[in-house]
Amino acid sequence: MVRRLLIGAAVLGGLWLLDRGLTGVLNPYFYRILVLCGLNVMLALSLNLINGVTGQFSIGHAGFMAVGAYTSAAFTVYAAPLIAGGAPQGLLAAALFVPAIAIGGAAAAFAGFLVGLPSMRLRGDYLAIVTLGFGEIIRVAILNIDAVGGARGFAGIPQLTTFAWVGGGALVTYVVIRNLLRSYHGRALLAIREDEIAAEALGIPTTRYKVTAFVISAFFAGAAGALFSHYTYLHTNSFTFMKSIEVIVMVVLGGMGSLTGSVLGATLLTALPEALRFASADRLIIYSALLIILMIARPQGILGQREVSFSRMFGRFRNPAPEARGSGPK
Amino acid sequence: MQEFFQQLANGIAWGSIYALIALGYTMVYGILRLINFAHGDVYMVGAFTAYFAARAIGAGGASPSPFYALLVLLAAMAACALLGVIIEFFAYRPVRRSSRLTALITAIGVSLLLENLGIRIFGADPKFFPQLVAPRRVDLGGGVVVTNHQITVVVVSLVLMVALTLFVTRTRTGKAMRAVAFHRDAASLMGIPVNRIITITFAIGSALAAAAGVLVGLTNPKIEPLMGIMPGVKAFVAAVLGGIGSIPGAVIGGLVMGVSEYMVVGYVSSTFRDAIAFIILILVLLIKPAGILGRNVTEKV
Repeated sequence: MVRRLLIGAAVLGGLWLLDRGLTGVLNPYFYRILVLCGLNVMLALSLNLINGVTGQFSIGHAGFMAVGAYTSAAFTVYAAPLIAGGAPQGLLAAALFVPAIAIGGAAAAFAGFLVGLPSMRLRGDYLAIVTLGFGEIIRVAILNIDAVGGARGFAGIPQLTTFAWVGGGALVTYVVIRNLLRSYHGRALLAIREDEIAAEALGIPTTRYKVTAFVISAFFAGAAGALFSHYTYLHTNSFTFMKSIEVIVMVVLGGMGSLTGSVLGATLLTALPEALRFASADRLIIYSALLIILMIARPQGILGQREVSFSRMFGRFRNPAPEARGSGPK
Repeated sequence: MQEFFQQLANGIAWGSIYALIALGYTMVYGILRLINFAHGDVYMVGAFTAYFAARAIGAGGASPSPFYALLVLLAAMAACALLGVIIEFFAYRPVRRSSRLTALITAIGVSLLLENLGIRIFGADPKFFPQLVAPRRVDLGGGVVVTNHQITVVVVSLVLMVALTLFVTRTRTGKAMRAVAFHRDAASLMGIPVNRIITITFAIGSALAAAAGVLVGLTNPKIEPLMGIMPGVKAFVAAVLGGIGSIPGAVIGGLVMGVSEYMVVGYVSSTFRDAIAFIILILVLLIKPAGILGRNVTEKV
């Protein structure tokens, strides 16, 4: 436990140093892409928990992100000055940023709970369309709340997010979901994906697990939204149905159910439109054509359900002939 | 009360357009179990084809004629039927045996491709649709006033829907279509050319979307390459609302959506217009998970 805490602290310190270094070396454009990569990694990982791991189908992820973004922004703008007595500065602002992210995540988790409830009755495409509907309702509702700027956008949020925060967020998301998958509960989620009826027959409370998957996933999407709202101009236009689609594409491209795949997919798809910038006007045409071709040529995504693992990669060098797994009689 | 009937009339006109788009969704879904996300963009292409066709034959100038309007409508429908067939052949057929999510992402890819090609070819700025039919106001009595464009929309949609229903229920091809929707492999074993039926389904669905595009051009003359996204999503919601796979369901769903949107605009606030559709959807699905006319399929273990 102590060892893990130490590792955690060392990683955070390392990230902070990396961030200092990056701001010095990189120009703001690349720095921005890095931050967006981190945010998208968080979103893709969390969506993968619903779509890839549990086998449900959500197309309203941007809604959770919006809830997190606006709740945490409202906390920072309205509540933080009350706690700190005047607008918080420096370390105090950073210290209050943690509860802001947590509150954003918690609010989104509650939204996730509400969205997860219909999964008791609805399956497949019907559930998908309900999540889409929830996402749109959330967006329109926020658009009509004047305290958070409504259609003008929410201005005056302190820009606290740096790459260290986003990188840390992505790391925490990855570790939590990976550990979840290795637990009893994670196995239950996988069982639901493989065969819901069989899982239920084995005594897995499928509804409770599906709702739980929605709650956890929404929490991290909300946290990503919280980081996003403290990074750039906040407007509901960032959380349309297209944003949800973008995240789904990242998950599918990387490989459904593969966490490292989601990281890869999110990074690639954030960087790719930028890399295609030389083609300026045609880059989105190329991007969408690539998407179609990829789906035809490699429908399971880049990694499929496999994970990239460093220990296995190096393990291969150490013990040269690892027993081929899963090749038994079928 | 006059206000209510006025909004009802506007809602029915707008709902018929949703219904036309929803028909394409529901037909394709019925046969392929695929949410054809590109359908809304086919509708956009329909509007633009009509725009260019009208300019090419000089319709919609100083003297609009119904004959030219019909010609433009048919041209757009034919072009989009072809587009639908091309999309099915090059994008959806290769992924037909893959997982449904793969097919869905492909559909999203096609949708993005059409939008971006649209921006590239047609330009991102809105175009003004020519006046194919001279605008006139029609008094329906009781102070309810509609335009003859709205009446055209309702009449044309009605004709197309009746034609579609007759086609699906009375012809051999329609019967084959229902057979493929019921069980694709069994239909194939009975000697039904499944590929050809799917092609025909896409052609008809896309032609209906194109008709919706032309009709929208009549009533809301501003057209632009991203105009298909929101109506596309809402038409899909309409199809689900009515019970996806069911043709009368799509029509009912479309009308419910159109009318409720106009009621919200009239009585609550136009800012809630985009949310009401989804609120109704969620309520209906919670009570009747298969949609209004959808049949509950018993799950086999």
